[in-house]
Amino acid sequence: MAPSTIDSRLLHDLQKMLGRDAVLYKPDDLLLYEYDGSVEMARPDCVVFPRAAEDVVGIVRLAKRYSLPLVGRGAGTGLSGGAIARRGGIITSFARMNRILEIDAENQRARVQPGLVNSDLSLAVEHLGLHFAPDPSSQKACTIGGNVSENSGGPHTLAYGVTTNHVLALEVVLPSGELLHLGSSALDASGYDLTGLFVGSEGTFGLVTDITVKLTRLPEATKTLLAIYESVDDATETVVEITARGITPAACEMMDGWTIRAVEDYVHAGFPLDCAAVLLIEVDGLREAAEYEAAEVADVCRLHGAREVRAARDARERDLLWKGRKNAFGAVGRLSPTYYTQDGVIPRTKLPATLRRVSEIGDKYGFAIGNIFHAGDGNLHPIILFDARDKRQFENAVAASDEIIRFCIDVGGSITGEHGVGMEKDRLMPLLFSEVDLDLMRRVRDVFNPEGLLNPAKVLPSAKGCGEIHVRPAAATVGSASA
Amino acid sequence: MSTASGSLSARVAQIAGAQNVISDAAGLSAYQIGGKTPSAAIRPESTEHVAEIVRFAVTEKLAIVPCGARTKLDMGAAPRQYDLALDLTRLDRVVAYDPGDMTLSVEPGIPLHRIESTLAEHRQFLPLVVPFMNRATAGGTIASGVDSPLRQFYGTARDYVLGIEFVTGDGASAKSGGRVVKNVSGYDLHKLMIGALGTLGVLTRINFRTFPLPAATRAIVATFGDAARAVDLRHAVAGSPLRPLALEIVSPRAVELLGRDGLASNGDWLAVASFAGTAKALERCVRDIRQMAEQIGATAFTISEDEPSLAAPDRTSEFVPAALASSAAATILKLSVVPTRITAMLDAAAKTADVAQMHWAAVARGVGILYFALLPNERNDDTLARVERATNEIFGRCAALDGNATIPWCPAEWKSALPIWGPERGDLGPMRALKKVFDPHGVLSPGRFMGGI
Repeated sequence: MAPSTIDSRLLHDLQKMLGRDAVLYKPDDLLLYEYDGSVEMARPDCVVFPRAAEDVVGIVRLAKRYSLPLVGRGAGTGLSGGAIARRGGIITSFARMNRILEIDAENQRARVQPGLVNSDLSLAVEHLGLHFAPDPSSQKACTIGGNVSENSGGPHTLAYGVTTNHVLALEVVLPSGELLHLGSSALDASGYDLTGLFVGSEGTFGLVTDITVKLTRLPEATKTLLAIYESVDDATETVVEITARGITPAACEMMDGWTIRAVEDYVHAGFPLDCAAVLLIEVDGLREAAEYEAAEVADVCRLHGAREVRAARDARERDLLWKGRKNAFGAVGRLSPTYYTQDGVIPRTKLPATLRRVSEIGDKYGFAIGNIFHAGDGNLHPIILFDARDKRQFENAVAASDEIIRFCIDVGGSITGEHGVGMEKDRLMPLLFSEVDLDLMRRVRDVFNPEGLLNPAKVLPSAKGCGEIHVRPAAATVGSASA
Repeated sequence: MSTASGSLSARVAQIAGAQNVISDAAGLSAYQIGGKTPSAAIRPESTEHVAEIVRFAVTEKLAIVPCGARTKLDMGAAPRQYDLALDLTRLDRVVAYDPGDMTLSVEPGIPLHRIESTLAEHRQFLPLVVPFMNRATAGGTIASGVDSPLRQFYGTARDYVLGIEFVTGDGASAKSGGRVVKNVSGYDLHKLMIGALGTLGVLTRINFRTFPLPAATRAIVATFGDAARAVDLRHAVAGSPLRPLALEIVSPRAVELLGRDGLASNGDWLAVASFAGTAKALERCVRDIRQMAEQIGATAFTISEDEPSLAAPDRTSEFVPAALASSAAATILKLSVVPTRITAMLDAAAKTADVAQMHWAAVARGVGILYFALLPNERNDDTLARVERATNEIFGRCAALDGNATIPWCPAEWKSALPIWGPERGDLGPMRALKKVFDPHGVLSPGRFMGGI
C-alpha cells in the first residue's frame, strides 16, 4: 500500500478543527473514496467530515492556505466522476451533515442538509401526503446535496421535473471561504437566478451546506402499466404516440428484451422472458384523470402492437415492477466484470432510429448492449458489457460509447441527460459547445472558483486532452451504479 | 439632430442596412426609456447583424438596449447611457418546431400570439400568459422575467426554457442548454438571462418545451367578503388532491379594473381558479372546490365553461396594464411570500395604503406572488413622498415575513427615489462579477438592473 500523501501540518490543522474522528488519511481508509458510480478513479490525500457550515468554511480556508484541491462528496453514487478527487486533495464528505432542518408542510417546503439521503426526505414527509419529487434510481443512497450538484433526474422527472425545478434556496461556501445565501423560500428572489446557475454546476462553484426544496403533494391515484412488445420499434412508437395524444405520463420507462432477461433472473418482477421490449408507464393525479389516462395509454399500447398490457393491481405489484426497473443496473452488473452506462439524450421522435443505431454499434464492436431508459424524455442509458481487464475491450467500449453519443448529438440531442459531465465527458463538451461557449462557462466558473481549487478538471475540457481514464476493480462495479 | 448622431445612424446603417435604421425624432420617441431617447434604433435582420452592432458599440463605447414590442421597457431602471435601441422584432421566425418532441425554437422578436397560433395547430401551447399579451414578444417576456398565472401548474420560464442563444457584450454568439427536455451538459447560463433585462446578452434564439393544450378547461369564480377567506380557499385547494392550472385572489378594485364579464365586484374579493382535464375530472374539480368555497363562506360561486382558452388567467394576467392605465402614477409592487403569509402580506399592504389615503388594487397568485398596485390620483412630489413612505412600510413588513419585494412598475422619474430592487441582497457581489463576464465593456443595457448593474 502506498504511503499517506497528506501534509502533516495540514493533517494536524484538520484534526484540530474537526476532531480526529472526522479526518481520514490512511491509504486503507481512503480506498472507498477513490471512486464513485462511474468507471473513473483517483485517490484523495484525505477525507474530512464536517458537521456544520462553519466547519466547511474552515476546511475551505485550509485548502486555500495549502493550495490543495477540494472536492465535495455525498454518497458517491454519481456516474460521471463528479465526486472523485481527480487532482487529489481533500474530499469533503457531507455524510455527517444529513439532517432535516425544517419541514413546512403547509407551504410544501423543506430545509435540509446536503448529506441527507434523497428517499429519507420523502419518507419523512409521507405521512403529510408529500414527497420530494426527484427520484434517481439510487435514491435510497444518493444525497440531496449530490442531486443539487448534478441536477439529478430520475424516472418521474418526465412530469415532475428534475432537481433544479425543486430547489428554492441554497447556502453555499465559496472557495474563498465566503458564505453566500442564494434564492429564497418565497418564490422569485430578486436579481439574477444564481440558484438556477448553481444547481447542476457539479460542485465546481461552491460547496452547498443548506438546501431549501419544494415538496410535492402525493397524487390521489397512481396507475402503473406494463406493456409487452415483440418489437422494439413498436415500443418506441408507442412512446411517441402517447405524448402526441396530449398525455404526459408521470413516468415512461423502457427496457429491451436483453435487459429484461437479466433483470428477471435477479429480481423476479414477473417480466416475460420472451419479449423484445417492455414499457413501464405510470400515470397519476386525480382518480378520474388517472383512470382515463391509464385507459388511453393501454389503448395506444395495443394499437402499436403490444402483445399484452398489464396493470398493477395494488401497491405491492407496482413496487415489484419498479423494483425491476430500479435494480436493473445491479442485475446487469452480475453478468459482466464491468459495464459502462451511457446517458445520451435525443429528441423523443428519434427513439426508433437511435435504438437501431445502438444495436448496429454493438454488432460492430461485438458487444452486448442493453437498453434501459427514460423513454418519455428521450434519455437513453445503453449499457455496454465488457471486461475492463482486457485493454482492447476497454478501448472498444469507450469507442462504442462515443459513437452512440455522437449519434445523439447528430439527431439534435445532448451528451448527458442526468448523470453530469464530470470527468467522464469533459472531453466531449466541444462536440456540443463552441470555444466561445466554453470560454464563457469557464469565466463564469472563475467568478466563484477563480483559482480552480474546487473540483478541478471537471465539466470543462482542459487544454491537454484526456489520457487518464482509469478503471477500478470489477468487484466494485456490481450494483453500485444506477440511473 | 446632431451631426454626431447623424453619422452614428449612417454607420449603423452600413451594418444593418439603411432601411433598418430609425433616426428621426418621431420614430425614436417610441424607444424612450425613462425619458431617455436613443440616437438611433436598429432593426437587425440576422444574428450576425446583432453581433456586429454589439461589436460596433464596444469600439465606439456606445450603450445598447435590446427590445421587442417595447411593452415592458418601463420595468427596471432607465439605462445610464442609451445610444442605440436594438429592436429585435424582425428576428421573428419560428426556427424549429417539432410537435412530436414538444420542443420549439424561436427568434426573440416573435409575438407570443403567433407562437400560440403555431402551436395550437398541433394542440400544444406555451404556458406564458403575460401582461400586454396581444403584443408581447418571446424575447421581451423572457428578458423581463414576467410571470404567468399558469405558473401554479406549469412553473415559470426557468422550468421550460431549454436553452438560449445570445450575443454577449463582446459581440460573440454563445449558447447554453439545448433543445431536448432533459439536459445537464454544461452550466445553465440561460437561467441567468431570464429576467436580466438584457444586461447579460442580446437574446437571439430561445428554445422552449411545449405542452399539450388541455382538451377542456373550466374556470370558477368564488366570491368572498374579505381577503382572508378568499386566501383560505387557496389553502384548502393546496391541501386537496386538486391541481389547478391557476388560482388567484383578486381584490375588489382589481376586479373593477379588469372589468369584464363574469367578474363583478361590489366590494367583494374573488378567488379565481381554472382546471384542465376530462369531463369527469372537471366535474369533480368543480364540485370539490365549490364545496370548499361554500364551507369557507363564499357568497357566490360561478362556473364558466369556456372553450379551452384558459379563461381566468387571460383576465388576471392583464392586471398590470389595467392598473397602469387607471392612475396617473401607478406604482406596482411585486411581493413574494410563502403561501401561508399571503393574507398577512395583503392585510399589511392594504392597511398601509388606506392610511396613506391612496387607492390600491391587488392580485395574489396562489403560489405566493402578490402584485399590489398603489394608485394615486396625482403625480407630484407630495404623492411621491407618500408613495415612498407607504412602500418602505410595506417592504419592511414583507422583509419581516421573509419575503421578496421589488417595484417593477412606477413613474420613470420616481425610479431613483423608490427602492425598486428591494433590500440589497448578499449575493449582489457575484451578480456584479457575472455582469463583467458577460458584458466586460458595459455596453448592454447599463444600469437597467439591480444595484446599477
